[in-house]
Parts: sequence; C-alpha cells; structure tokens
Amino acid sequence: MNNIKSILNLSNYHIAKRDVIPWWQSYLIRVIAILVALVVCGVITIALTDLNPIEVYVTMFEGAFMTPRRVWFVLQNTAMLLCVALAVTPAFKMKFWNIGAEGQVLMGGFATAFCVIVFGEKLPTSVLIPVMVLTSIIAGAIWGLIPAIFKSIWNSNETLFTLMMNYIATQIVAYYSLEWSVPKGSGTPRILEKGMLPSLMGNDYLINILVVLAITIFMYIYLKYSKQGYEISVVGESENTARYIGVNVKKVINRTMILSGAICGIAGFLLVAGTDHSIKSDTAGGRGFTAIMVSWLAKFNPIIMILTSFLIVFLDRGASQISERFRLNDSFSDIITGIIIFFIIGCEFFINYTIKRVKTEGGENK
Amino acid sequence: MKKLLAMLLVFVMVLSFVSCSDSGDEDFKVGFIFLHDENSTYDKNFMDAAKEVQKILGLSDSQVVFKTNIPEGNECYEAAADLADQGCDIIFANSFGHEPFILKAAKEFPDVEFCHSTGTTAHTEDTPNFHNAFASIYEGRYLAGVAAGMKLNEMIESGKITADQAKIGYVGAYTYAEVMSGYTSFFLGARSVCPTATMDVQFTGSWYDEAKEKEAATNLIDSKCVLISQHADSMGAPTACENADVPNVSYNGSTKDACPDTFIVSSRIDWTPYYEFAIKAAQAGEEIPDDWCGGIKEGSVKLTDVNEKVAAPGTVEKIEEVKAGLIAGTINVFDASTFTVGGKNLDSYMADVDTDAEFKGDTEAISDGYFHESEYRSAPYFNIEIDGINLINKEF
Repeated sequence: MNNIKSILNLSNYHIAKRDVIPWWQSYLIRVIAILVALVVCGVITIALTDLNPIEVYVTMFEGAFMTPRRVWFVLQNTAMLLCVALAVTPAFKMKFWNIGAEGQVLMGGFATAFCVIVFGEKLPTSVLIPVMVLTSIIAGAIWGLIPAIFKSIWNSNETLFTLMMNYIATQIVAYYSLEWSVPKGSGTPRILEKGMLPSLMGNDYLINILVVLAITIFMYIYLKYSKQGYEISVVGESENTARYIGVNVKKVINRTMILSGAICGIAGFLLVAGTDHSIKSDTAGGRGFTAIMVSWLAKFNPIIMILTSFLIVFLDRGASQISERFRLNDSFSDIITGIIIFFIIGCEFFINYTIKRVKTEGGENK
Repeated sequence: MKKLLAMLLVFVMVLSFVSCSDSGDEDFKVGFIFLHDENSTYDKNFMDAAKEVQKILGLSDSQVVFKTNIPEGNECYEAAADLADQGCDIIFANSFGHEPFILKAAKEFPDVEFCHSTGTTAHTEDTPNFHNAFASIYEGRYLAGVAAGMKLNEMIESGKITADQAKIGYVGAYTYAEVMSGYTSFFLGARSVCPTATMDVQFTGSWYDEAKEKEAATNLIDSKCVLISQHADSMGAPTACENADVPNVSYNGSTKDACPDTFIVSSRIDWTPYYEFAIKAAQAGEEIPDDWCGGIKEGSVKLTDVNEKVAAPGTVEKIEEVKAGLIAGTINVFDASTFTVGGKNLDSYMADVDTDAEFKGDTEAISDGYFHESEYRSAPYFNIEIDGINLINKEF
C-alpha cells in the first residue's frame, strides 16, 4: 500500500537535465511520442466520429502520396515552407524574433508581380526574370531591414515591429491586387503570363524545388562553417560576450535581417513566378508563421528542416484528405494534426530532461 | 536518407495498389470545389445544393467528392486536377476567383466538364469543356424590393414617415456589376410600389466583414434610412437592424430566427437546378452551354417565406402577382422607362460583357425598351448609376 502511495506521490520525483543522450535513444523517444500520439488520436477519432482510426491514417497517406501529382504537390509545398523556414532561421538563431516572414514573403511576391505588370511587355524574358529576382530580393531585404535598424538604433521590440510590418505588406498587396484584378474591382487575381518560370523535365515545380535545395545547402554551410554564421550564434548566446570578443552586434543584426528578408523575397518570387502565377494578400498562406515551428523543431539545423517541413506539409495534406474522404469539417482533421504536433514538440522535454525517482527515506519499503 | 526514401516509395506503391482495388465499380463521379466550408453562408448555400442534387440523382458518397477551403490560387488548380485524376467526369467550383485556375485545369483535361459558378469568361474562351453559370438573382431582388416598397407605403400611411422620407439604406460589398445590378433591381422593385422611394448605398470593400457591415448599417440608420437591405454575407446588417428596430430585407437565406422583429423577406440563389441539369447532361454526353442562367421559373431564384409579423399586409399576394408578371415577361426588371440617368431615359448602353483588362463596353444591352441583364452572359453586367440612388462611398 505504502509502495503504491510512494509511486503516486509526485514529490518523490524530480526532474534533471540530461547530459548527453545517445542518438538512438532520442529517436526512440520521438518514435514512442508519435505512437502515443496516434493512439490518442485514435481514441479521439472513435469518440467523436464512427470512423476506424486505421482507415483515417491510411487516408492521410493516400492524400499525400496516392498519385504522382499529389507527391509533387507535397514536394513543392515542402520546398516552399522549407524556404521560408531557412529564411527565418539565422534571425531566430540570433534570438531576433522575426515573425515578419509572412510580410517579407509577400513583399517579394509583390515585387515580382509588379515587375511583370510594369515591364512584362517591354523586356525580353531573359532580362525580365533576373530583374524580377533582384527586385524581390531587395523588397524582402528592405522589409526585413527596417525592423532591424529600429532595433539596433532604438532597441525597439522586433516582435511587435515585424508583426506590424506584416499588416502593412498585406494591405499593400490587397490594394494592388484589387487594382490589378480582372475585371477591375472584382478581386479576381490577374493571371501573370510573362516571366513565369518554365517547367523543367515536364514538371512545373522542379525549378522551385531545386532552388530551395540550393538555399538549404548554402544555409547549412553558412551557419555551420562561415565566420558570419559563427557571429550569429555568438550574438544569439549572449550579446555581451559578442561585444567582448569584438563582434559588432548592430552590424550582425542588420546583416542577418537583410539575409533573412532576402531569402523570404526569393520565396515570394518562387510562389508568384513558380506556382501561383498571380498575387493575392494570402499568397504567403501563413507559411511565415508555420516556418517558425519548422525551424525550432529542427533546432535550426537546415538539413533536419527538410524533414520537419515535410512532416508539417504531410500532416496538412493528410488532414484535408480526411475531410474530403469522410466529408468531415476541416476542424476534425486540424484536431488530429494538432495532437500529433503537440506530442512531437512535447517529447523534446523527455529528450532534454530525465525524470528520476527519489528513494524514500526511512526505508520502510526495503 | 536513401533508405527512408526507398521505404516511402514502397509504401506509396502498396497504398496505390490497395486503393486501386476498392474503386472502379462506380464509373460516374462528380467533384465539387468550395472556397470555405459550411461556416460561411455563401458556401453553405452551394454545399446544401450539392447534397440535394446527390440525393435527387441517387449518387453514392464515393461518387461525389467535396473539396472545401480551397483558396483562389494555385491550390484551386491542384484541387481540380486532383479531382480529374480521381476520375471525376464533371467538376464544379463556386467562387468567382477560382475561374482562371479552373480554366487552366479545363485546358489540361479536355474530357472532363468544368462548371464554374458566377464566372464571366466561358462565352469568350474557346474551351468547349469550360462553362459558367449564374441565376437571374436580380429578379429575386426585385421581388424583395416590392416587399420593401410595401413596407415603406405602410409607414407612410400610418404617418410614421412622410412620403419624401421614404429612404432605403443598402450595404454593398464592392462597386462591382454584381452588387450594382443587385441594389438597382432591389431599388426599382421598391420604387415600383412606392414612387417616392430613394436609396443610400454604402460599400464595405469586403464580401464578409461582420463589423464593417454592422457599422455601415448603423450609419445608414443614423442618416434617417427607414429600411435596410444588404449584399454581403455576414449577419452584420441584420443584427444592426434588429438592435435599432429598423425593418430589414435580407440575402442568402432567412435571418428570421436571429431577427424576428425586423426581418421581412430574403432572396437567394438555389444552385440545385443547375447542378442537376449539368450532371445529367454530362451523364448523357450532351452539351452543357457556355453560360447557363436560371430564373424563377427554373427554381434557381428563391424567395424565403415572408415574415408576416413585420411585412405590410398584402405583401405575399403582391409578390405572387409581380412574380407571375416576371415569368410571363410582362414585367421587365430593368425597364428603361422606369429609371433615368442624369434626368434622361436611356435608349442605348454598351455593357462590358466580354472580360478584358480595359473594361470597355462591348455589347449593346438596351433593346426592346429594357436592359437585357444576364442574357449575353450569365453573370450580371448592369453597372449603371441611376437617379434616385446615392452612393455614399465609392472607393471600393
């Protein structure tokens, strides 16, 4: 009896930080977390609907992989989410809370569409596309740099600032997309024809995917092996240490936000010229925020981010397939993906910490 | 990484075999693409029609695929192509902005019929499997306007207002033909029974913004509008009316439950007749017209029950009388003798029927003494600012 009591008594446990954990053990914890999540989701599925949970999970895979088109769709969306995640990573690693990726992507996309509409008839495609790329990089970089400058000069709060910049970008794009819509004023996006990325080997999205792959490799090397990447981690760990060893913190903040915004600009360019061929205020589609989760889940490692962005896109596709197949409201599938993501994030606790049972004093259980 | 990829591929193949085995016994499939889900009154109206037509035609759930929450972008093309991959023979999309993306899919899948509601380009596009549809909702609005005019007359007779205070307020989304056609037909309906009626229109710049619609309705009430109607999808305007005890003519369905003391009547489009027509045509291999416009006769334009508690006595009978006139063709909503522009009657108007970036008029719409709405294409194109209607803001 006492034995059970001492097991149940929370004060008999304490939490300790783990030193190092073998890689297989951390993966084992993650796998267990996913399995537990699936069981919990199964229970909820049965409780809320009359569906067989196994069938629901199979449906998720069908949604993401059943046809080549769906596989490409998943790969393309993974690439776009990954691109934005790569963009926010250096800023977050520097502990600069850039939640303005949504706006930076939009401004990049806006610049692309602007070039097509203004110069589309005047420039040959071989000149037009570089102009589009360049302006979208500049537009994204400026949108990232503005909050950085305010931060480095007046130490303004970058979280609020970048968030506000999102609203401004959304309104600019909303205004122009109404202005450019066909018929005018109807809100139907104008389909851009000039300067759109061609399909490669018969696939419309391959260029996007390859570009993002290149950015991934660049970001991995930049963060891990370059001097600038090192400066970013030092500033992120401690600004005072950075100053002490002679790093110009303001310069690093500005430079990193230019990089972050520029890659967001490229993402906007790829979205407009590579997939959507139009611009609307929701072109970024919330990726600017989801990307933050992708980046954190991967602990800022660009290679792991390929997996985490794939996971998010897979869950999202699977969720819409559930609502399509079983004619359920999207809310149900959102609950399922929410639970799975919760467990995946939650298990990081058990990877970083261990729970130890304290031997009870007095020895009556011996 | 390679191993993971290989495992995934194997899994994909296994799944595709599994899924191949359980389909194939039913050959006819219908796909639907919706902008939102049933939480939006606009989409619910379409989804209800889709479910209704499924019941009428006796199709099983696996023969009718719903894709909800499809934005007006590349996802819409992907959704349409995915439905075609699944073997759908006919695919419907419900939002105006879906059009260019559905058109793209239609060009890629020439053997699948693509029907896009509310669109404008099918009659000029040389894509035989791409079609537009709408309903002559202006007739429904005209009837609703008649009910509003009856109410104004009742207020004048009871001495609550004088004849020249009969001002209607209207909350619109954009200064765009669909909205302009809607409020003008509503106004003409009201003025056909209450000759002194005038109208103020305020635009919100959004199809769905509850706060803005409520604010616009409240502004109109404050500026002495004695009756309100709206063309926007939220409960904003009806709620403002109920709070201020001002009668309201609603849209997209009855708001009687929420506004029992102010709701008069509501008009809406019923998409069931079109869905039924198009699916049957596709099943039989018959041609679906570029443009299809259903009216009162086809059951595409519906009026809810009149709320007797608020409506003026005799409203139901009057609506029936006018409805019979509209069906018989003895009454035309946009009769050119019933409205003026700058004090003059119009005998010619070039309407912008064919979509182009210049928005120039291209089709003579007035003949035989009336404006031919929804005849040269199904989506409305009446965009004349007539006397008696005062636009408060035009920036949207």
